[in-house]
Amino acid sequence: MAENEIGRMIIFGGSAGSLDVLLKMLPHFPRGDVAYVVVLHRRADVDHLLQALFQKRTTLEVVEVEDKEVIDRNTIYLAPPGYHLLFESRREFALDSSEKIHFSRPSIDATFESASEVFAEKTIAILLSGANADGAQGLLQVRRAGGITIAQDPTDAEVSYMPEQAIAINAQMHILKSDEIASFLTNVLR
Amino acid sequence: MIELNLREEDIETLITDLYEFYGYDFSHYARASLRRRVNRIMVIDRFPSFAELQYRVRNDAEYVTHLIEEITVNVTEMFRDPQAFKVLREKVLPDLATQPLIRIWHAGCATGEEVYSMAILLEEAGLLNKSLLYATDLNPTVIDNVKQGIFSMNHMQQFSENYMASGGKKDFSSYYTAQYGLAKFDDRLKSKMIVSTHNLVSDRSFNEFHLIICRNVLIYFDKELQNRVLTLFDESLDALGYLMLGSKENIRFSPIARNFRQIGTERIWRKMK
Repeated sequence: MAENEIGRMIIFGGSAGSLDVLLKMLPHFPRGDVAYVVVLHRRADVDHLLQALFQKRTTLEVVEVEDKEVIDRNTIYLAPPGYHLLFESRREFALDSSEKIHFSRPSIDATFESASEVFAEKTIAILLSGANADGAQGLLQVRRAGGITIAQDPTDAEVSYMPEQAIAINAQMHILKSDEIASFLTNVLR
Repeated sequence: MIELNLREEDIETLITDLYEFYGYDFSHYARASLRRRVNRIMVIDRFPSFAELQYRVRNDAEYVTHLIEEITVNVTEMFRDPQAFKVLREKVLPDLATQPLIRIWHAGCATGEEVYSMAILLEEAGLLNKSLLYATDLNPTVIDNVKQGIFSMNHMQQFSENYMASGGKKDFSSYYTAQYGLAKFDDRLKSKMIVSTHNLVSDRSFNEFHLIICRNVLIYFDKELQNRVLTLFDESLDALGYLMLGSKENIRFSPIARNFRQIGTERIWRKMK
């Protein structure tokens, strides 16, 4: 079923200060031979609202991932609370409820690492604002696997710590402000 | 995590060795998680390469017991997804109350937090003395913890909040004695537990149950094994029995789906035929 595989897997990872940025970007996510994944460290009180919050701002379908969910084009997949989101293959997700990583489940590192193994150079990984070291190592692995990696410009991030951790280990290929990310993606997909 | 360049073939080699040398069948485990777990244990146990791990596996049975425990996921909580436990409390238990003896199977119970959660629900419903809780897991060392009923105090705040969100009215700390950072749960809660090893991959059903609870176990299996295990559950359930899965697991695409009806929006189904 090689012809059914997604051309690009675009993954956003974010923690504190990243939700507003994502909500602003959402209407500009380009369509194409592409699927999106969003891994957010979520607060329990907004958890159940997240899917609806996202869906209001995009014509792409927004789905909270279930066990063995099939990956479709032009869909935004949200990592569910309490699970690490992994890729079983290029066609299918897998969930994992093992130990937290950087005090987080879902962990951004876990999803980035899994993408680096499964989607390799087809991965585009973006690390946004946050107060946690999660995501930096995973971003580096995506870069080593030949994927495209982006860190939000720390001067543009509400909480600069997370993108700074990635930049400190040179995990990013590009440093972009939040309002530059959507047009960057549009250019890559063109 | 440190990069070890674990190749896909390495995982398949390990799966073959575990089966041929020890009879553990991981061939239908989802590869995404399995690969992470093997990577993790190679870091923790400091194997410089896969060849060293392979050598150890082939020559050290005691190490393999430890390996199995580490590559399977044993993370669990009390009253995880409190809303689902609320449905047990309010809809399922009042129905089971009519049975002369209530048999419940916790399949893949890990360290037993949910077995104790269930015992608390049963006690509060006045049903514990006519219930039997069968707690099974693949790992013999992990289920020892169920027999002891001792859990880290670190989680008690969270468990207490979950308990209250599930409709619990008591002071949660009345169920345990705290000492040296550990919470020892009352012996009366475990008085109705029957703890044993059981491998969902290779072992058969061993009884008929009114309720089977198997949460966040199926996510580690491929669809073929999921369907096999769900069929095992179907065959092990009494007429009108209940099945409870994890919050992101579903029977929807399995052959047993047509025999079951979902209770509300939680992942609890009732066997209708």
